[in-house]
Amino acid sequence: MSEILKYIPRTLNIKKIVTVLSMFILFMTSGFPLFAQQQRFPKPEFESGYTQPVTSMPEARSEFFAIFDVFVLIFALSLISWLILKRRSRKGVLAVSVFSILYFGFFREGCICAVGSLQNVILALFQPEYSIPLSALAFFVIPLVYTLFFGRTFCAGVCPLGAIQDVLLLRPVTMKTWLQKVLGLIPYIYLGLSVLYAATATDFIICRYDPFVGIYRFDATFFMFSIGAVFLLLSAFVARPYCRFFCPYGVLLNWMSRFSKHHLTITPNKCIQCRLCEDSCPLGAINKPVPVKVMEDRPSATKRFIRLSLIIPLLMLLGGWTLSNFHENLAKVNSKVRLANELMSFNPDVMLPSVEIEAFKSAGTPVEELYSQAAIIIEQFYVGAWILGAFLGLVFGLTLSSLSVFKYREDYTPDKGECVSCARCLKYCPVEK
Amino acid sequence: MDDKGKNRREFINTCFRFAAGATLVGVTGVLAHKTVSGNTLWQIDTTKCTQCGRCATSCVMSPSAVKCIHVCDMCGYCDLCGGYLRPNVKNITTGAENQLCPTGAIKRKYVEDPFFEYEIIEDLCIGCGKCVKGCGAFGNGSLQLQVSHDLCVNCNQCAIARDCPSGAFSRVPADEPYKFSGFKKEKKA
Repeated sequence: MSEILKYIPRTLNIKKIVTVLSMFILFMTSGFPLFAQQQRFPKPEFESGYTQPVTSMPEARSEFFAIFDVFVLIFALSLISWLILKRRSRKGVLAVSVFSILYFGFFREGCICAVGSLQNVILALFQPEYSIPLSALAFFVIPLVYTLFFGRTFCAGVCPLGAIQDVLLLRPVTMKTWLQKVLGLIPYIYLGLSVLYAATATDFIICRYDPFVGIYRFDATFFMFSIGAVFLLLSAFVARPYCRFFCPYGVLLNWMSRFSKHHLTITPNKCIQCRLCEDSCPLGAINKPVPVKVMEDRPSATKRFIRLSLIIPLLMLLGGWTLSNFHENLAKVNSKVRLANELMSFNPDVMLPSVEIEAFKSAGTPVEELYSQAAIIIEQFYVGAWILGAFLGLVFGLTLSSLSVFKYREDYTPDKGECVSCARCLKYCPVEK
Repeated sequence: MDDKGKNRREFINTCFRFAAGATLVGVTGVLAHKTVSGNTLWQIDTTKCTQCGRCATSCVMSPSAVKCIHVCDMCGYCDLCGGYLRPNVKNITTGAENQLCPTGAIKRKYVEDPFFEYEIIEDLCIGCGKCVKGCGAFGNGSLQLQVSHDLCVNCNQCAIARDCPSGAFSRVPADEPYKFSGFKKEKKA
């Protein structure tokens, strides 16, 4: 017996061997993925008075700023609306722009912004399990309300995206009108796609392709950095490229601004048609006077307007039908649809499983459930594509019709929808108050 | 005619303005009962996480805001730690070739026979999840990947959430910012 005892190693080594043995057994049996948390080894009882360290759980950023931001937004909007409409001061607008770049941009790192908040609102409307934070809802509604009364003063100097483009405008180059009109259709496409993807909980594409957030965070992927750099360089020569040709929230602001109660006027009093402000707008948003004798004769213009208006339903149907044919391609952005497609074409004999397929297999949900979820989402995309296509057809048709509308105008006025109230034109007007 | 025309246009303007305002009020009303007062945060559900390694690469911040956090309550304090050592090491030493962690962020400290304490150096952890995988496979699963909220900028759309193959990312209310699994946790650090 004592001989055998000689060969039994000390307690420490027995524990070591037991651990190694159990690990070996587990390693052999771990052919299938195991549940991550299992108490395989009991919690030790410490004899030496060892105190266990506290699990670190760093605090999240203070919620105070989420509410404070809303108050700053209201204050900045009120201030800039007063500066534009009452004081008519470009310097004031510039000051508020710099403040917005510093506060909403660099300090709050450009997120959450009013442009992205529209996706949160859409997600909250269509997906029952998402609850929208109050600050996101506030950032969506408040600029729209102010625009409804005072015009696009939000764009002028409060929006951090607009402010940085505005401040960097050094040498404005005039753009051909037809190019402006064509590129002006892109925001509608962007808005429609953002709404579609947010409603189906697929992706927030405004956030994904936001060019300026990487600059405000001082940290960006290469892609984010590249598009940011492109937009900033472009802003030096083309006024506000993102605002004019991409911003989806700008479409909503455009609509609100058209019916605004008060709007920026170039002249503080009455326009005397001195033409000094004609080329003062870098965005090309000033409507020039159209004297009666230059106008087209009524009958032919009316006929064309009626003809165009009748083809609007046709354009809507055409648009809806065209886009609905592509609804599966649109749906492929959704991760569930992509995974379902991958699983259907997965052949275990010749292919290696991708990370997504492995993760799905280890989660243990039945494949049929995934397929039915994906089928529901594809159905949603079908309906969504019809609506989006019809919407784009309507926008295209209305744009064409608006080119045939009577434009008799005596004065130089800013276009109520397009003007971002940047107040650059004010100093060109010689009229005294 | 001019005056009448202006009044008519202003009337139509006012009508549309009321309609737009009513739409806004309507949207706010519909969403009023779905608002949460605080912000939501992003967090990983550790029961769904498959430690694919995308947390380290997909975050918009560099280094990633996802860190491995050690839940000491669950730890077995093993000599042969499944999260610290690679499986099938020849000589069990603390050499870099034997460690799972690519940045050497786990610190091993002797406590008493035969227990060792493992601590994660946060500044070195990149959130790759290799130690989490090892600990989950061979140990108690006390090493868990979580979004560290002092680093996370709380994007509206989390880039890692988009790339997560198992859908482990979700929005959590700000008063429950961490989703550890296992034992009840102690108070915050």
